[in-house]
Amino acid sequence: MAENLEPLKPKDLGINDVEFYEVEQTPSVGFLGHMKGFWVTFSTMFKKPLTVEYPEVKAPTEERFHGRHQLNRHPDGLEKCIGCELCAWACPADAIYVEGESNTEENRMSPGERYGKVYQINYLRCVFCGLCIEACPTRALTMTNEYELADDTRAKLIFEKQDLLAPLRQGMLMPPHPMYPDMTDTNYYNGDVKGAHPSQATDGQP
Amino acid sequence: MSTEVSEMITVVIDGFEVSVPKGTLVIRAAEQLGIQIPRFCDHPLLDPVGACRQCLVDIEINGRAFPKPQASCTIPVEPGMIVKTQLTSPVAEKAQRGVMELLLVNHPLDCPVCDKGGECPLQNQAMSNGQGSSRFEGVKRTFEKPINISSQVLLDRERCVLCARCTRFSEQIASDPFITLNERGALQQVGIYENQPFESYFSGNTVQICPVGALTGAAYRFRARPFDLVSTPSACEHCASGCDMRTDVRRGKTLRRLAGEDASVNEEWNCDKGRWAFKYVTAIDRLKVPMIRNASGELVEASWPEALAVAAEGLKSAKAAVLVGGRATVEDAYGYSKFARVALGTNDIDFRSRLSSDEEREFIASRVVGSSTTYRDIDKADQVLLVGFEPEEESPIVFLRINKQFRKRALKVVSIGSKESIAVEKLKAEFVKVAPGQEAAAIASQKLTDKSVILVGERAAESAGALSAVAALADSTGAKLAWIPRRAGERGAIEAGAIGNLLPGGRPVTDAAARVDIATVWNTDSIPAEVGRSTSQIIDAVHAGQIGALVVGGVDPLDCDNSQAALSAMEKAFVVSLEIAPSAVTARANVVLPVAAVTEKSGSFLNWEGRARSFDAAVADSLNRSDLRILSMIADEMGISLNLGTVTAAAKEIASLGAWDGARATFNKVSAQAQPALNGDQALITSWRRLLDLGTLQEGEEHLAGTARRTVAVISPKRAQSMGVVDGDQLKISTAQGSVTLSALVENIHDDAVWAPRNSRGSQLLVNLGVAHGAVVTVVKA
Repeated sequence: MAENLEPLKPKDLGINDVEFYEVEQTPSVGFLGHMKGFWVTFSTMFKKPLTVEYPEVKAPTEERFHGRHQLNRHPDGLEKCIGCELCAWACPADAIYVEGESNTEENRMSPGERYGKVYQINYLRCVFCGLCIEACPTRALTMTNEYELADDTRAKLIFEKQDLLAPLRQGMLMPPHPMYPDMTDTNYYNGDVKGAHPSQATDGQP
Repeated sequence: MSTEVSEMITVVIDGFEVSVPKGTLVIRAAEQLGIQIPRFCDHPLLDPVGACRQCLVDIEINGRAFPKPQASCTIPVEPGMIVKTQLTSPVAEKAQRGVMELLLVNHPLDCPVCDKGGECPLQNQAMSNGQGSSRFEGVKRTFEKPINISSQVLLDRERCVLCARCTRFSEQIASDPFITLNERGALQQVGIYENQPFESYFSGNTVQICPVGALTGAAYRFRARPFDLVSTPSACEHCASGCDMRTDVRRGKTLRRLAGEDASVNEEWNCDKGRWAFKYVTAIDRLKVPMIRNASGELVEASWPEALAVAAEGLKSAKAAVLVGGRATVEDAYGYSKFARVALGTNDIDFRSRLSSDEEREFIASRVVGSSTTYRDIDKADQVLLVGFEPEEESPIVFLRINKQFRKRALKVVSIGSKESIAVEKLKAEFVKVAPGQEAAAIASQKLTDKSVILVGERAAESAGALSAVAALADSTGAKLAWIPRRAGERGAIEAGAIGNLLPGGRPVTDAAARVDIATVWNTDSIPAEVGRSTSQIIDAVHAGQIGALVVGGVDPLDCDNSQAALSAMEKAFVVSLEIAPSAVTARANVVLPVAAVTEKSGSFLNWEGRARSFDAAVADSLNRSDLRILSMIADEMGISLNLGTVTAAAKEIASLGAWDGARATFNKVSAQAQPALNGDQALITSWRRLLDLGTLQEGEEHLAGTARRTVAVISPKRAQSMGVVDGDQLKISTAQGSVTLSALVENIHDDAVWAPRNSRGSQLLVNLGVAHGAVVTVVKA
């Protein structure tokens, strides 16, 4: 190999073999040509602008935009989440962490036996694919249109259950509280419960 | 499987020929070909029942076909049999699909809230062998749910597919018929006996074998999904049975433990203590940082280098001894053994933090170390003799194995003791009733053959002469002898030489060649030649001022012979304590060093057979160090190298030492003591520890504690009559040290004896009375 290590001569690089062509230059567009170009700019000044002054002005998203998740409540305020972890199972990004717990008579968070004690979504991982929403057997987990998910630490982007729970609306009562009298968890899922029972304190009303 | 060659039968399944031993069930023959027939009720260790009908297949024998599909889990193979499973027979496939549809008619399909979801045979087989939709449009049958079968097992009756696995387990394996199938037809359900208390030590197995989520454990309920868990094969740290286990950990926390499969040890079963007593690891009061006692006598937190320096200084400046409890792994025990000899230059080490004797120590050195009686010997035995050993309470898997042979071939069991136990009744054992302390004579009169097995428990040490009599009986009859301690680490500690008269590998301390062996491997000048002190002698020596420092690892002084003396000795001596949680030792220690719990470290135990049960750390990222590592660090600080940096290094060194091939230590037989004279209200105390009691490793598990047996004082009918006592009356048992008052139970017990649990709620005999076996106590009606 050593005898082949002669330096290449310029001729060997083939530079001398490159052919050069003369390109024809376009002629000047002239005054009218310039005017034609500026007309686009001028006419745009009278059109409605497409940009918005974010963050002072916020444009609404499409209705089905995949934004931050929300944990919904039954009409009487009990949580819909049963802590089954199907959302965590479905998640392709491993962004959801759930721990279930038993409901007791003294501490009832949802109808039925089980509720989600710990519920975390890591928005540094979430890809907003919505598979968790499809997996949820109780429609507890849905997505809102909220898209402002930026913060300055990693920890702040792990949303806890209290960050994700839907706010209490009219007629709702902050759990823990007992189920509506004479109603079963099946009644809850069938929509038979319309609000907290009058006998229960309604201090959760807005 | 038996060793005799059995007749082989060839059958054709789905067009493939397979030869299996006569008597094999069709479903199992199909497994050999890799053909999986769906099933729920079938379990290889339970008798066939054909309850679920899911395993239907088409069968024809010598050209004659069964008119309808047959349950392959109940039909043994026969010559000329041609089987078509769901894979080749549309009839079988349709039948299976139909059965699955029927099973699902009343199944609630509440998989999202069911613990079994994700590892459920019903879920899986409904996907593989069922159909996607149901034709049932009615209202499903519902029951109130869940109901407590016991404080730790919950039953959701609507999920049950009536496979009868749980009821068969309780009847055939545990012989505790605590559940049964009630009612008939659509209302059939698993129920409990109303009048009998639920007291089974094996109920957890029903949760594991339930093919649906009908039986669930209260401790694991709603805690996790299978995909959350990191499973590690492990070994049980609770007793010397040596169960293979699986530990499931979620985010550094053990959530459940399951019985592993080991046909030669625990088959597929374990006891409730092994399954559920693991919370002590995460109990809130774990020691986390080293502590040292300052000049004003308070324990204060310290850095590791600081604590190690104080420990090393204290151990160097006084004559020291080592007390290591019976729960250390083999490697840790080896570390203590080497530390005592090399760093402390003494043979004063004893793992027996319980009632023990010098007779026992010689028995161990001459008969136990290196012995190789196994579960297999129980399988083959013509008779099993139990001495000072209560199998169900002290080594539950040994009970299951004896019970298996008893049910299979009416194995003869003889138990020598003072009180007839539940296990003795269940095994229909011949009960040789003796006064506490008088076991030796009864042992000597036993008739055994060379096929018999003698199982002697650690409590035999509490009767002088019993172990001598056992050794003599084994010698004269040729019967196999096994010593079964209660704690998981005792056999390993023996082999590791954590006892005053033995060096690692069963080498007698008194043998010069053995000492040279060990000194060479340990790279030390010499090993002390005199036999070391035992636990009680070490405690006495502290009081006599001959020993000034103690290294204590995993010992509860309240378990020792004279617990008050042990406690005051620890106050007197410079104590280095290696512990996972604060204890009575911590309160008296000068240096406290936190160590790793079993789930946080790797290592191995030797079960009573001497079989190694090794395990890896289940909680991989624990910062806690093993005892071995900490002993190494103390030795380094003392300027001595143990060369035992890791568990692997210790295991290698133990393997390189090998077993001792020289002469065994001699056994100086001890004769029995005469029975003390008793007056009217005096009796001899006898006791044992129950499986579920106040043991430290059962802390923090209230569900498990709920099934502990009732605390009672047992007296004989004759004594009850003379005292005018009936069941339920209060009895006061007292000694000079103190007394316990318990509810009376009149049972089959020696007239001179009174029995009470040794360490149960309201009856901690060693603390309350200071005695536990063979001593005179006063029994009066309270």
